[in-house]
Amino acid sequence: MGFAGRSIISLHDMTAADLEVIMDTSGRIKAGRETGFLQGRTIAVMFFEASTRTRLSFESAIQRSGGTVIGFANPASSSQSKGESFADTISTVTGYCDAMVIRHPVEGSARLASDIASVPVINAGDGANQHPTQTFLDLFTMKESFGRLEGLHIGMLGDLKYGRTVHSLATAMAMFGARMTFISPHTLQMPDMIKRELSQAGVSFREVRQPEEAGDDLDVLYVTRIQRERFGDPQEYESVAHSFRVTADTIRGLGGRVLVMHPLPRVDEIAEDVDRLPNAIYFRQAHNGIPTRQALLGLVTGGLS
Amino acid sequence: MTERAYKVYSISSGTVIDHIPTPLALRVVEILGLGNEGILTIGMGFTSKRLPEGKDIVKIENKVLTRDETDMIALIAPEATINIIEGGKVIEKRRISLPDGIRGVMRCPNPNCATNVLGAQRVFGLASPEGPLYRCRYCERTTKVEPDLLITSAGI
Repeated sequence: MGFAGRSIISLHDMTAADLEVIMDTSGRIKAGRETGFLQGRTIAVMFFEASTRTRLSFESAIQRSGGTVIGFANPASSSQSKGESFADTISTVTGYCDAMVIRHPVEGSARLASDIASVPVINAGDGANQHPTQTFLDLFTMKESFGRLEGLHIGMLGDLKYGRTVHSLATAMAMFGARMTFISPHTLQMPDMIKRELSQAGVSFREVRQPEEAGDDLDVLYVTRIQRERFGDPQEYESVAHSFRVTADTIRGLGGRVLVMHPLPRVDEIAEDVDRLPNAIYFRQAHNGIPTRQALLGLVTGGLS
Repeated sequence: MTERAYKVYSISSGTVIDHIPTPLALRVVEILGLGNEGILTIGMGFTSKRLPEGKDIVKIENKVLTRDETDMIALIAPEATINIIEGGKVIEKRRISLPDGIRGVMRCPNPNCATNVLGAQRVFGLASPEGPLYRCRYCERTTKVEPDLLITSAGI
């Protein structure tokens, strides 16, 4: 399926071939071989909940590709604060732009927007559900680092229960035959729903409690923050918060060659002494959000093919 | 005690839904949205060799349900059997299977789903026949079909 005119809502709608196209296009953009492809195009960036880095990354991607940004950074500045329905906001803005980027706290909001809009919608995060562009930049960073995704051994560490990033990453890596090790406290294990998906896809994975148990052949250690806002019960949060911390010693214990990734922001789950190691690639990973989002916008608006 | 002449009237044309586990007959009627379409006979609590807890029967006169409609019954009563009657004879014995997609008949239990907050249509796709599990088109969570999640024709 081609990309022009297509909405990007969930990893569940994508194939390995789609992901390859996004990674290849991102690589060409990063190498400076594609420029100005959003010239004359207007992109609406609508953030119904605050998120500084994702919004700035999208806006930077649009401007660097020659496009124009319209939109709002929080719902207080949208007409929703006057009582307008979500559907009416989308029905209106679709006539103002060539594509929409939406972040909204309700799960399924981006899919609903894509049902209503006549332009492509890109999901920039819908509650605890999906955040596909984070996964695209994660995959691109791994491919850039290893030259392949097939057969990599990925350790995912942290809040695997509530972390949508690791859910999408697991879904995506399953398409490339990666091995996965899930490292988390018992109460924050990868949900059964995801494990069932992986089993059905014939993906091999195992679950351990501490990074040291992941073995010495990890290619990537993907660390996530334990998000206080996802816990209904503060006592449950306190019981698992600070339960792990990746340090330079952790990296040495894992064989020393593992690359450390993190979707950011971090709190204290990666010690600052890791930043100085060549293993730490999380800032390059964040910067890769620009070419990846440029690629996606170029593809869905038809500016790139 | 004398045997009754019949337990449920036989019908000369229409659809008979048999082997519904007791007491799900009313739920079946609700899922099918039946109400104002002529004579509907509901029998509950019959003894059954196949269903030791008892079975219910629903007979719908002069209406042949489509396969899509009868497959909806599999959501709560996969054991049910369907007979299509014409001219007083069974012209089709139909097996039911889980529908690939369901629309409007089940609510998503996720309170933060667009179907519950933003008015999105309730649409699910089959995720696994074990359960069965359905995936919400919007929030993408998989849900086991439970009678409490099914929306009745009265919109409850």
